[in-house]
Amino acid sequence: MSHHIIDFKDVHFTYPDGTKALDGISFRITHGESVGIVGANGAGKSTLISHMNGYLLPAKGTIIIGDMHLNKSTINNARKTVGVVFQNPDDQLFMPTVFDDVAFGPLNLGMTEERVVERSNEALNTVGCSHLKDKPPHHLSMGQKRAVTIAGVIAMQSDILVMDEPAASLDPKSRRQLINLLKEFRHTKIIASHDLDLIMDVCERCLVISDGKVAADGATGELLTNEQLLEENNLELPLSLQNR
Amino acid sequence: MLNFDKEYFNIGYLDTLAYKNTFVHRLDPRVKLVTTIVFVFMVVSFPKYELSKLIPFFIFPVFMSAAGEIPARFILKKLLFVSPFVFFVAIFNPVFDTAAMYNLYGIKFSGGWVSCISIMIRFTLTISSALLLVATTSFPGVCRALERLYVPKVFVVQLFFLYRYLFVLAEETMRIVRAINMRTFGRKKYGLKIFISTIGLLFMKTVERSERIYHSMCSRGFNGEIRLLKMDKTGFADIVFAVTAIALFIIFRRYDIARILGELAL
Ligand SMILES: Nc1ncnc2c1ncn2[C@@H]1O[C@H](COP(=O)(O)OP(=O)(O)OP(=O)(O)O)[C@@H](O)[C@H]1O
Ligand SMILES: [Mg+2]
Repeated sequence: MSHHIIDFKDVHFTYPDGTKALDGISFRITHGESVGIVGANGAGKSTLISHMNGYLLPAKGTIIIGDMHLNKSTINNARKTVGVVFQNPDDQLFMPTVFDDVAFGPLNLGMTEERVVERSNEALNTVGCSHLKDKPPHHLSMGQKRAVTIAGVIAMQSDILVMDEPAASLDPKSRRQLINLLKEFRHTKIIASHDLDLIMDVCERCLVISDGKVAADGATGELLTNEQLLEENNLELPLSLQNR
Repeated sequence: MLNFDKEYFNIGYLDTLAYKNTFVHRLDPRVKLVTTIVFVFMVVSFPKYELSKLIPFFIFPVFMSAAGEIPARFILKKLLFVSPFVFFVAIFNPVFDTAAMYNLYGIKFSGGWVSCISIMIRFTLTISSALLLVATTSFPGVCRALERLYVPKVFVVQLFFLYRYLFVLAEETMRIVRAINMRTFGRKKYGLKIFISTIGLLFMKTVERSERIYHSMCSRGFNGEIRLLKMDKTGFADIVFAVTAIALFIIFRRYDIARILGELAL
């Protein structure tokens, strides 16, 4: 199934203030892969993720999503294919109630009302937030907000799931539930995180980003045990591998 | 400036009230909206010097706040908050209109005073019922009702975003104010320079955040049209509510209930 592919070719991006955030990034992610993206603060992970559904468009280079070239005219289709959970949940919750927010995506995909209600309830259940249904999102705790944004993207059932720091500010039990959920998710998934244990658990493949470039690309088990590589990128061994 | 926190949470409070579950909250938003519009129209349509016929209309806001479990103190506070504006408009009446109208126990009331009081009463009635509408329906609920009453979508969506970004602005302001307070240790004067740069920062942050929110809406398929679940249904209770309320308004409008009751009592 070729339509679950993400292909970056020599992608460059510079912010308006002159910060060079991506500096010639290339990689190809194929159907069903689960890929972790790690790197120091400011390495360019969030910038990279913002390119995956056209929030930002590259200054130079090409991005292919499925069988489409990503550009202004294909953005809307790409957004149906790629569901993105951004780093800051406050920017993603905009509807009056939690339920309305989760239903927003499915409604826009043009589903019938019954399907929308069913899917939204399902998604809220999955992240354990059914009891928050009627609350206004700006009255939730940080972890609850994050869980709801995840539900909002799950409800769309996109082919490709992209997440930026999904586990930040989740309590240990919710984090574990998220990991289990991600493991069950059969489609292509891409996860940027500083939680290296989560990456170890969920992703088979890993990209190490450094100064807007791909510093390493390979099997998670190998990269995240390579102490020299980790040291160079402000990272350290996953906790589960320390003290052994 | 710390008061800002309180002000902000008060805006949010109106929202919180809207998520109660009472008879009034469960009514179809459209029915509440139409009833409130009729109410406002009736109240405003009285002649300039009307006083006694206005009194029975207080039943509506009192009913809404009692049955909707909306604390009257909250509504009164909000009323007080905006009252200076109306007071300014009304207070000129006694100045210009000095013809004597009533003579109560020897004290002469000029037409100006009567119309001034009439304006204040109308203001209290209309604003409190509008506040109660939002407090029992939620602002988005009102927008949804407007949309379903065939108000053009452009207006509804504008209104909706106005409300949403109001919160964004309030939240950002609160964050900045909090951050400043945290490191000024109660020193009262921040200085003009900090004040100005704060306003600039606030503007930048709000614009950027609104942009990010807009983009995350797009990434969930938004293309200029807000699709809302049409879950409200008009039921028997809604019709009973609307018919009773509007019938009462018409009776109050035509007959001087306060005077009739007074005469009956004598
Ligand atoms: N809106 C912006 N304008 C200008 N520069 C920016 C902007 N957003 C990010 N940058 C810069 O781009 C670079 C990459 O930032 P990015 O947010 O992608 O990092 P990151 O890898 O996600 O970091 P973190 O782990 O802290 O989330 C940083 O040097 C940052 O300062
Ligand atoms: Mg980031």
